[in-house]
Amino acid sequence: MRRAYATHFPAGDLQVTTSRVELLLAIADDELFLGWRNSEWTGIAPFLEEDVAFSSIAQNEIGHARALYELAAAELGTTADELAFDRQPDEYRCAPLVQLRKLEWARTIARHWLYETADEIRLEALKGSDDAEIAGIAAKIDREEAYHRMHAEMWIDRLLSSDEGRARLSEAVDELWPYALGVLDDELRPELRRHAEERLGRKLPDVQPIPRGVHEAELAELWEEMTMVRRSAPAGARW
Amino acid sequence: MVFEVFRQERKGQPFQHAGTVTAPDESFAEIYAREQYGRRQESVALWLVPREALHQISEFPDEFEMKYRRVDGYSIKARLREAREKAGTLEMAPGGEAGE
Repeated sequence: MRRAYATHFPAGDLQVTTSRVELLLAIADDELFLGWRNSEWTGIAPFLEEDVAFSSIAQNEIGHARALYELAAAELGTTADELAFDRQPDEYRCAPLVQLRKLEWARTIARHWLYETADEIRLEALKGSDDAEIAGIAAKIDREEAYHRMHAEMWIDRLLSSDEGRARLSEAVDELWPYALGVLDDELRPELRRHAEERLGRKLPDVQPIPRGVHEAELAELWEEMTMVRRSAPAGARW
Repeated sequence: MVFEVFRQERKGQPFQHAGTVTAPDESFAEIYAREQYGRRQESVALWLVPREALHQISEFPDEFEMKYRRVDGYSIKARLREAREKAGTLEMAPGGEAGE
């Protein structure tokens, strides 16, 4: 993983991180930010059932983020809250895919499906880890993600079944494809490509992945909103 | 399509109507029903039924008011009171009232 990030942590002395912590933070940050983006549809989704579904998926993602932050926090000697909220924007390890904001519906569905597909591949790899804690949490998360995947796959079926749906989905997937590749490490990218191309029944563009370490401008905006309440009280305040 | 959702509180309990879900097909309906009626472990099971599959019956003719067919259509108390009045033994009945 590229070490493109600042390594200052708010609890003062945590200058050294391990690759285990890097891994946990990357996934946790992905889930936290994607949870936020999904929750932005609350109240304005195309219809009520999707409003509920996306809100619910968002909550699950944030739950996963919390569990992962707890593991990283234990190793670093800090708390999940501090890891989630007290870093500066450039210290987060999330993939650019989850930072994109105000995607319209076709792109939202495309991102949802691309992320869930990439995440499945990532979780499958982690479930085989020698690290019992990591393997355990990956298995737990995977069992809940099964429902997210069902939801995403249903949408793909639905969109592929009509000309307009297929066209819109294609456009959205092509646009987000370099971001999707950036969610995974090098060695897992071919599997994502194989899986996506088979599902969509066509070849996807040959592009450079947009990897972690590149932050979208929208991240800073989201960070402002996400940490506003926490920052409104002095450091060390009890919540 | 509108689906009616029934939920079962605990194993062995009857399924009760909980609400509806609107979805283009069964698989979407299932996802939505899980989200809307199953997020908090409040039921052990859900039934999803397309509204068209339900047949409602609300007309029950009762032209002759055949009360003798019903459990509540035959009152022991009233009959006993009549009989005691006839026999003049109303005051002797236990509690001084007919057939408690």
